[in-house]
Amino acid sequence: MVSLTINGTVHQVDAEPDTPLLWVIREQIGLTGTKYGCGVAQCGACTVHVDGVATRSCSLPISAVTSEQKIVTIEGLSPDASHPLQKAWLELDVPQCGYCQTGQIMAAAALLQANPSPSDGDIVAEMTNICRCGTYNRIKAAIKLAASENRG
Amino acid sequence: MTAALDVSRRSFLVGSAAAAGGLALGFNIPFTREALAQSAPEINAWVMVRPDETVVVRIGRVEMGQGTLTGLAQLVAEELECDWAKVTTEYPTPGQNVARSRVWGNFQTAGSRGVRDSHDYMRKGGAAARQMLIQAAANEWGVPAGECTVAKGVITHSPSGRTTSYGKVAEAASKLEAPKDVQLKDPKDWTIAGKPVKRLDTAEKLNGSQIYSIDVKRPGMLNAAIKACPVFGGKLKSFDAAQAQGMPGVKKVVAVGDNAVAVVADTWWRAKTALDALPIEWDEGPNAALSSEGIDRMLKEGLTAEQAFVGNQAGDVKAAIAGAAKKVEAEYGFPYQHHATMEPMNATALWTNEKCEVWTATQNAEAALATAVAASGLPIEKCDVYRQNLGGGFGRRATSHDYVRQAVLIAKEMPGTPVKLIWSREEDMLHGHYHPITQAKMVGALDADGNLTGLHMRISGQSILAGVNPQGLQNGRDPATFQGLNPSGTEGVLGYTIPNLLIDHAMRNPPIPPGFWRGVNNNQNALYLECFMDELAQAAGKDPLEFRRKLLVNHPKHLAVLNAVAEKAGWGTPAPQGVYRGLAQHMGYGSYVAACAEVSVGDNGVLKIHRIVAATDCGHAVNPQQIAAQIEGSFAYGLTALLYGEITLKDGKVEQENFDSYQMMRMDEMPAVESIVMPSGDFWGGVGEPTIFVAAPAVLNAIFAATGKRIRSGPLTKADLRKA
Repeated sequence: MVSLTINGTVHQVDAEPDTPLLWVIREQIGLTGTKYGCGVAQCGACTVHVDGVATRSCSLPISAVTSEQKIVTIEGLSPDASHPLQKAWLELDVPQCGYCQTGQIMAAAALLQANPSPSDGDIVAEMTNICRCGTYNRIKAAIKLAASENRG
Repeated sequence: MTAALDVSRRSFLVGSAAAAGGLALGFNIPFTREALAQSAPEINAWVMVRPDETVVVRIGRVEMGQGTLTGLAQLVAEELECDWAKVTTEYPTPGQNVARSRVWGNFQTAGSRGVRDSHDYMRKGGAAARQMLIQAAANEWGVPAGECTVAKGVITHSPSGRTTSYGKVAEAASKLEAPKDVQLKDPKDWTIAGKPVKRLDTAEKLNGSQIYSIDVKRPGMLNAAIKACPVFGGKLKSFDAAQAQGMPGVKKVVAVGDNAVAVVADTWWRAKTALDALPIEWDEGPNAALSSEGIDRMLKEGLTAEQAFVGNQAGDVKAAIAGAAKKVEAEYGFPYQHHATMEPMNATALWTNEKCEVWTATQNAEAALATAVAASGLPIEKCDVYRQNLGGGFGRRATSHDYVRQAVLIAKEMPGTPVKLIWSREEDMLHGHYHPITQAKMVGALDADGNLTGLHMRISGQSILAGVNPQGLQNGRDPATFQGLNPSGTEGVLGYTIPNLLIDHAMRNPPIPPGFWRGVNNNQNALYLECFMDELAQAAGKDPLEFRRKLLVNHPKHLAVLNAVAEKAGWGTPAPQGVYRGLAQHMGYGSYVAACAEVSVGDNGVLKIHRIVAATDCGHAVNPQQIAAQIEGSFAYGLTALLYGEITLKDGKVEQENFDSYQMMRMDEMPAVESIVMPSGDFWGGVGEPTIFVAAPAVLNAIFAATGKRIRSGPLTKADLRKA
């Protein structure tokens, strides 16, 4: 059994140590907002926070995570979709199919945590998740909107 | 994705079954019908109203990001005169559609036809429901319906001032006969349709609560990972199940059809881990030596072959070319592309000898049902498909439901246990239904004044219909090959008037499964023609805009979108230092599109696409905000193909297996997009695909302006863009 702290709750998980965190979150914990896209840390659909750092969970074995480390998934980002990024995403109607968007939001949340007023250059340097629907410009605008609301 | 494909073979089978049996035989599907019908009074197939005033609009087409769900609900709500804030949506199942004589029409969501092919019957559904609800109120009050009005779902009897609401009269309305004639509103009176209302499906996409097909959970469900023979046409020879059987969580190792093997386990990760450890032998079959080089030779031969299918012709092109003051020639190409939906193919199936149920993401649930029926060995009335949200479609989930077939075959091995089959990204990339490969030989004739007197466009390459729907061929000819190049019609007309013209197709079909890939054959047709138009303008010593304008004189809608982007982009005025412009226009899926791209190319050959101005005339704009979103997204899709997209073959197998070897455009490469939505009002065109057509040619023409280099085939990763 492996012990993981996810969204503030400690879970005992029956999984092999080399199991990627993504699949434990999806299959053992049952939180499906974190998505599988590539399995090789390329697309970012699986982005979660590990101690506040945006992390591609498809390529992180659970053996590399301690029970003290705080894992946050999209379900734990805010209790009621009230994170400034979630509000900005809603305001600008960002998602199309939406599959990558939870990962995009988690990547953006870590960015804003580290850099509350990112420039366009900062945003494109940090936001490397793939969106096949092509919502990139709206994602960028929503991050800037959320950053400006934060400064509010 | 063409008119000819409106009913795919599989959905035709379903339709035939419905026509032949259906209600006449009185079969029903008890395990699916009730959930829908009992939840609220059904006014008609399209509209239910709950006592709390919630209006449920049934959607036959499917939402995959393109905004169709919201657009169709807007159209129904507009005619219904309900409160938009109370509108929600629901998908009927294909089994229900079959059982009710296809009352919801065609489920296929492809060819940018979600709105343009269903607006009429859905608006009529909304209008009929409105009349029935008003009639129910009038009956209750004992007054003529003509004395009643409705706004936002509140019915008022004007003479007496009495009011009631849709929720209160819904039950009575549901028992009335449907009106025979309904009047639709003039679009100029629209208050919900035509407006940039927010999407109905955004909130759940922001907190992880939206359930996609891959997220489906069923009681007692197991998970499966699969490998099919990586060589197209190959078979499964043998596998050593014992090697996987003892691994953690593994329940069963099963052959799937004649070309695949799957491991079923408690979790998908364990299934995949065991599958990776499973020794498998393949019989690679007849295509084991197939390579991209071989396919290239096959297509090259077609560029000059004697026999070809004609798509469009006028005058005598041979004579025009022979008598030209100047002859211009160029060869172009468009490589295989993979859909690469963010959500890999997957489906959950539950099979018993009494029923077969499938939960999956599909662009055509009727075709998915037909696939499930065939794989299950059960009659259609014992099968159904529950539509789940799609993590992208782009055509991949429209025609081939190979993943549904596999899921049902696996579930059959475990009767009574739901099994979720998920393809790994690698499996998804190796077993696509790829955008077909083609090449083109372009020959143009200019007279002494630089007028275009003749054009021969020879396309050589793969037919999609020949691969997915051979019955759609017309005496061997694939009409869809000529998308956007047709002499007439409403789907995609060639805008240029050229006195001597021949557009023909030498069909060369490599043994690679082709598919409809967002934009389909318009993508390469627009690239070939619009880049060559620039070459012709250059050879004629004319401005590319002026050269096109003269040839578009008989097609004012084509011309109008081109003029709109030229004006907004400032064509003819200086661009910023080091920035160069390129133009393209095309018509497809009933809509007119144009783009002007602004690019710069550094001394090191690095391309930067700064800005694209894009115009769309789709006739009626049901939601301008969502159309703008489709325009923006189309550039990401079309430019990803131009920058990076190329599926190559070696030893009969696709060489790209994941996003590290099949790159996608990311945010840092996304240009600013300025959309011009300019509906001219007398037709209904699609919006989900058209802008893709002009993305690549506009950028390639701008690259020429910047560098003097003509790049005639993607991907740009292979091109040296340093100035000539």
